[in-house]
Amino acid sequence: MKIFIVPSIISHRLQTISVSAVFLSLQDCTFFTRKEILRLHGRYHELAPHLVPMDYTNDPDCKLPLALIVNMPELKENPFRNRIVESFSEDGMGNLSFNEFVDMFSVLSETASRELKAIYAFKIYDFNVDNYLCKEDLEKTLNRLTKEELTPEEVELVCQKSIEEADLDGDNKLSFADFENMITRAPDFLSTFHIRI
Amino acid sequence: MTRTNLPGDARERITRRSPPRNVAGVMMMRMRVRTRLPRRSEEEQPIRRKEAKPRTVMRRTVMQTKERRGRREERKEGRRRRTVRLSLQQTHSLHSPFPICLFCSSSSDSNSNSDEEEESMSEGEMARLMEEVEEKKKLIANIRNKPWRMKRRLVHLKEAQQFVDKFEGALGKGKGRKWYAYKVMMTKKWIKFQRDFENFRTACIPWERKIKEVESHFGSSVASYFIFLRWMYGMNLVLFGFTFGLVVLPEVLMGLPYGSIPRKTVPRAEQDTAQDYSVLMDFNGYCKYSVLFYGYYNSQRTIGLLKFRLPLSYLMVGIGTFGYSLMVVIRTMAKNADVGGGDGEDGEFTFAWKMFTSWDYLIGNSETADNKYASITTSFKESIVDEQENQKDENIHLRRFLRVLANVMIICSLGGSGYLIYFVVKRSQEFANRDDLSWYEKNELELIMSLLGLVCPPLFETIAELEDYHPRIALKWQLGRIFALFLGNLYTFLFALFDEVNTKLEEEGSIRNASIWAMKEYYANFTRAINDTESTPPPMDPADVIRGPCWETAVGIEFVKLTVSDIQVSYLTILIGDFARAVIVRFLNYCWCWDLEAGFPSYGEFDISGNVLGLVFNQGMIWMGAFYAPGLVGINVLRLLSSMYYQCWAVMATNVPHERVFKASKSNNFYMGLLLLILFLSLLPVVYTIMTLPPSFDCGPFSGKPKMFDVIMETIDLDLPAFMGTLFSYAANPGLIIPAVLLMARDEEKNRRNNTDSTNQVMKDLEDLLPNRSLAPPPVPG
Repeated sequence: MKIFIVPSIISHRLQTISVSAVFLSLQDCTFFTRKEILRLHGRYHELAPHLVPMDYTNDPDCKLPLALIVNMPELKENPFRNRIVESFSEDGMGNLSFNEFVDMFSVLSETASRELKAIYAFKIYDFNVDNYLCKEDLEKTLNRLTKEELTPEEVELVCQKSIEEADLDGDNKLSFADFENMITRAPDFLSTFHIRI
Repeated sequence: MTRTNLPGDARERITRRSPPRNVAGVMMMRMRVRTRLPRRSEEEQPIRRKEAKPRTVMRRTVMQTKERRGRREERKEGRRRRTVRLSLQQTHSLHSPFPICLFCSSSSDSNSNSDEEEESMSEGEMARLMEEVEEKKKLIANIRNKPWRMKRRLVHLKEAQQFVDKFEGALGKGKGRKWYAYKVMMTKKWIKFQRDFENFRTACIPWERKIKEVESHFGSSVASYFIFLRWMYGMNLVLFGFTFGLVVLPEVLMGLPYGSIPRKTVPRAEQDTAQDYSVLMDFNGYCKYSVLFYGYYNSQRTIGLLKFRLPLSYLMVGIGTFGYSLMVVIRTMAKNADVGGGDGEDGEFTFAWKMFTSWDYLIGNSETADNKYASITTSFKESIVDEQENQKDENIHLRRFLRVLANVMIICSLGGSGYLIYFVVKRSQEFANRDDLSWYEKNELELIMSLLGLVCPPLFETIAELEDYHPRIALKWQLGRIFALFLGNLYTFLFALFDEVNTKLEEEGSIRNASIWAMKEYYANFTRAINDTESTPPPMDPADVIRGPCWETAVGIEFVKLTVSDIQVSYLTILIGDFARAVIVRFLNYCWCWDLEAGFPSYGEFDISGNVLGLVFNQGMIWMGAFYAPGLVGINVLRLLSSMYYQCWAVMATNVPHERVFKASKSNNFYMGLLLLILFLSLLPVVYTIMTLPPSFDCGPFSGKPKMFDVIMETIDLDLPAFMGTLFSYAANPGLIIPAVLLMARDEEKNRRNNTDSTNQVMKDLEDLLPNRSLAPPPVPG
């Protein structure tokens, strides 16, 4: 019941009351409300209580490693969890600061726009980070999705067919324009590319 | 469009954006900075620490521009105008969307002009400055949609906000200064209020945790049912607020109490049994003569000290219920319109969609994840088989014949169910004349309707096996057939009800005469007994007055009974069909020959479409019955509330995630569209009765009037000034109303269109997101 959550919110707020100005600008930059950002800060702090400061007024420069973040319950079962965290990290290695952490969940939230989600979906599925979805990327995606249950011939067929369907400029790999054209027509994209936190 | 898209190139391209003379300016700036004693503002320090290790040229530029801007702000206190002049020059020279370049170019110009005399700003300059401010404001509003890194977003946001803050005041020069400043302050306050309200509103949304739990176990399709249920609960809560606050409460507080007038009293004949449980369960006795139903309300034009016009309020609330529901449903449909994303043909991107949109990111439970892996694998294998076989329709004639046969069978069963309901309603009319009825006979109608709703859908599914459609198409046919079934049943029920109403209306004529006659007789007896023609006799005891049949209350009672039996049946179904089944499978498995959990019957899966349709039709019945039974909305609110907790528990405790996962595309808008259709269909009977049937003569807020909507005419004549009456009579011309309705409909269509960003900007921003390290080897030059 909501009544029991209020005391914990109050205690959390007493600790972070000095932080609201910093979080206000985050509210403008993401799709979250202030309450959600405070809650996200609580979650981020929980991941590494000794590393993450409670006070953000001085804008500390602290990043959490990939291993901590992919153990969150929301990401634990996702076959692409490593790629997701890497795409949102600035160094490409999966170390997220709090701003990037909030950015990640903001893009994956319900209210983010379709275009924004398409951009990040492209980055996530681009395993070798060359700005194209080539056959190797697709094979890796498929193997993660099916836990390698398909035979190599079947994998080859599926990847070949996918590229045939979506490739518009005929270079045998999917550029962002091809991907976007295909994904914006997908009826399930917005409802599946969504994490609730 | 071919381009080399490696990180190295991207870096070069960014730096190439700033014009070459910037380099000289930067050098000059750096030297100047070093010679001045650092008297930085507070905010300079943390930025320096953050940028302590600049890795690209871009970041170095950022650092310098910050220093430069910090210095400029220090001079701001004394030399405000000059600052304005400086930035004006910048806007002159460069009109790029990148504020960094805005501030870093033409820096040499600004320096040389810093000692010039102040000049007043011309109108053109002010307009341009206002344009810049507006652009910055738009950037602030849209910054969350830009696919930039968070750091860059925060930097731009800060710059834009500082710019706006600084120059918003400067714009308020000349004549309209005070008004402009006031306007700006009010806008800021309004934005802040809106934001606080949004925060408050999201804090009030109930059941977030519960839905998240269901979502992580069962995926987004099952959770979409619970989100729909929550949305319905909100809408019904608002309707309940209207009805309760504007109709029930005034009557209870300011109207006459129970027992004072005939319509509010249980008749003498029924008073012995009025408190019996069985009578109350049938909504007779004390229930019938209470605020729950139409008949209780008095037709006095104004009641109480506040002169509250209850009949007018009753009619307006009835119409307002439909108006509000329509508005809310259309608004939600418009919001969901861009979620659907277009119904692409199933063959267009099969494999690509399967690959990129089949994994549900909401899954947080390992068992569900395992199921999902299995279902994705199966789905891929099926598509591969389809693709490999190059499906040729070998026996197209047999397939067509089977499909026609299946449709014929289903139409027969639909017709059969319609006739069954008609037959049962006729029987119930005969039963109404008898008194010795068993429980079954009294509730036969509701039971039969609920049972049909339970039995027919699985029957349709079995028959549909003959058709051999793709699962998504088969689901659409199934939903369409269930919809036709429910609709047919509902309308047959309504027609039978209308038969009853007409019979009652005929009865009314004779009863009215009888009651007037009885009243005359009573007075005659009284005067004869007292022998005094002057004194007025006391009114007849309300319980003794002969009552009319009051068809509106009868209709209200029918709807309430239908709703209640629907609730009971659905709760019982969950209890027996899901819970008892789960308990049996779980505990009988220890001593049974075959594995109950894996084979038949195993645990149940949550039937999304059945539940959603049930919810939609329930709402249709509420809309139809709310005019005749104001308490019905309250009953529905309670039902939805309890349903939420009960079904959440049932789903988590007794259901397993779907094995075969596919969803009806655009499911949200499909159900909303269904809701809209039901809304129109339930509007029709109510409007028909308001317009054509005469209200009962002795019960309800419209008693004594020839038609129900005469209340409006009366109000216009008596309460509003004279010219309004003539105005309304002109406005009520159909020639005006129809175009107005069409215009409104077109407005809604326009609201549904969304803007899409151009891809060019998007692609440019995509490059900026590339991290500095890449796993691909750098290209060989040339």
